[in-house]
Amino acid sequence: MTYFEMTKTVIKSLFSRPATLMYPVKPAKKTPLSRGHVTINPAGCITCRSCQRKCPTQAICVEVKEKTWQIDQMRCVVCDCCVEVCPTKCLTMDTQYPVALTARGGVIKVTVAGPKKKEPVAPVDGAKPEKKE
Amino acid sequence: MSKQITVPFGPQHPVLPEPIHLDLVLEDERVVDVIPSIGYVHRGLEKLVEKREYPEYIYVAERICGICSYVHSNTYAECIEHIMKIEVPERAQYLRTIWSEYSRLHSHLLWLGLFADGMGFESVFMNAWKLREHILDDMEATTGGRVIQGVCKVGGVRKDITPEKLDEMVKGLKGMEPALRDLTSVFFNDASVSHRLKGVGILQKGDAYTLGAVGPTARGSGIGIDLRQTGYAAYGKINFKPVVEQSGDCYARCAVRAKELFTSIDIIEQCVKKIPEGPIEVKVTGAPDGEYFARAEQPRGEVVHYIKGNGKRNLVRHRVRTPTFTNIPPLVTLLKGCELADVPMIVLSIDPCVGCAER
Repeated sequence: MTYFEMTKTVIKSLFSRPATLMYPVKPAKKTPLSRGHVTINPAGCITCRSCQRKCPTQAICVEVKEKTWQIDQMRCVVCDCCVEVCPTKCLTMDTQYPVALTARGGVIKVTVAGPKKKEPVAPVDGAKPEKKE
Repeated sequence: MSKQITVPFGPQHPVLPEPIHLDLVLEDERVVDVIPSIGYVHRGLEKLVEKREYPEYIYVAERICGICSYVHSNTYAECIEHIMKIEVPERAQYLRTIWSEYSRLHSHLLWLGLFADGMGFESVFMNAWKLREHILDDMEATTGGRVIQGVCKVGGVRKDITPEKLDEMVKGLKGMEPALRDLTSVFFNDASVSHRLKGVGILQKGDAYTLGAVGPTARGSGIGIDLRQTGYAAYGKINFKPVVEQSGDCYARCAVRAKELFTSIDIIEQCVKKIPEGPIEVKVTGAPDGEYFARAEQPRGEVVHYIKGNGKRNLVRHRVRTPTFTNIPPLVTLLKGCELADVPMIVLSIDPCVGCAER
């Protein structure tokens, strides 16, 4: 048994930087691989519904007729599956975590370009992302 | 004979991180009987296997547990691979071993912290979790997730680690070793810790065997079972010995976990030395037709995944037997005859993970 074992740790802690981060004020540590949340480039989406079929939590809903892509962030478990299967690579994984949500919020609906055939008429007509409760 | 009273313990209790409920039958301060009940966090994940295709279900299988998540995905993938007779590339197997050991390190450090907190040793709790943060940082840098790695897939792994990063990881672990020795020396040498743990909750070797204890609970009682010795993933090519303690009390179970930290570091080091170049995954087509039991060593003990498929994309049956579920009967035996004040330490000493046990 040793004495003053703790003093070593106390002195070390006194002269070193804090072990914790001031999280919301300073951004959290992130690596290039970190899975934060899914983002979409509406111009690239061809409404193929691959992401909807592969999603293990059914968080993604694609309406082919209305040309919308919708994600429920409360259901999404950020597994990176949709990003992997997307044929046009319009889905990307952002490294930052989404902001805190309540049970009713978190549904993001985006109007997308749709299949490539219709491109000559209106290239990226309703490509503006719009948030909806 | 004095009057018997029943004291409810849990599912919400200051020292208990997990929702397990115990009805403790007391005579004065002594526990004479225990009636455990679970069922507070059941999510029905096994039933979900009928609704999801088998390659996507791995993300659900991983979320059975929030701490030993990686080993669940690994075992599920091995189960499917065995049914479909898929040869996983060697590099993927080594990577799986490395991540399994990382998850063991992080789970054991988490548990050592919680255990210290349970006996009121809060500074050790903070120090253990500070060290755990380095492990989580490495996990996030290599897989993208801190505790839910999501890196295992049927037929291999999703992410590769560069040789430079592997060397950096080993260097980091080696640098951590003195700090880990400082931390574990508290559990081995501190007089108040020994006083609190020695001779408390003794599980005899025979009881551990007949009641089916697994993992550190069994190894603390002198039974040298370690599923890693069966050689799944790349464990067959790694040289290591399971940590076994003989006394069977809380101190022994704690010592097993503390010593396993260093075994894990050693295994990771051996893996990094031996890891071959090559592909990390094979293309998987078709669907599993057949059934298989896959067993693996989780930080808490042996986990069994049973899978039955009928040649369709959706599996027919998925059944998981988790280590905590198996360790509940030994826990009941441990608690009989102990003092009420020792109950939290004994429950914590089997490292309960009820989220796992109920799925």
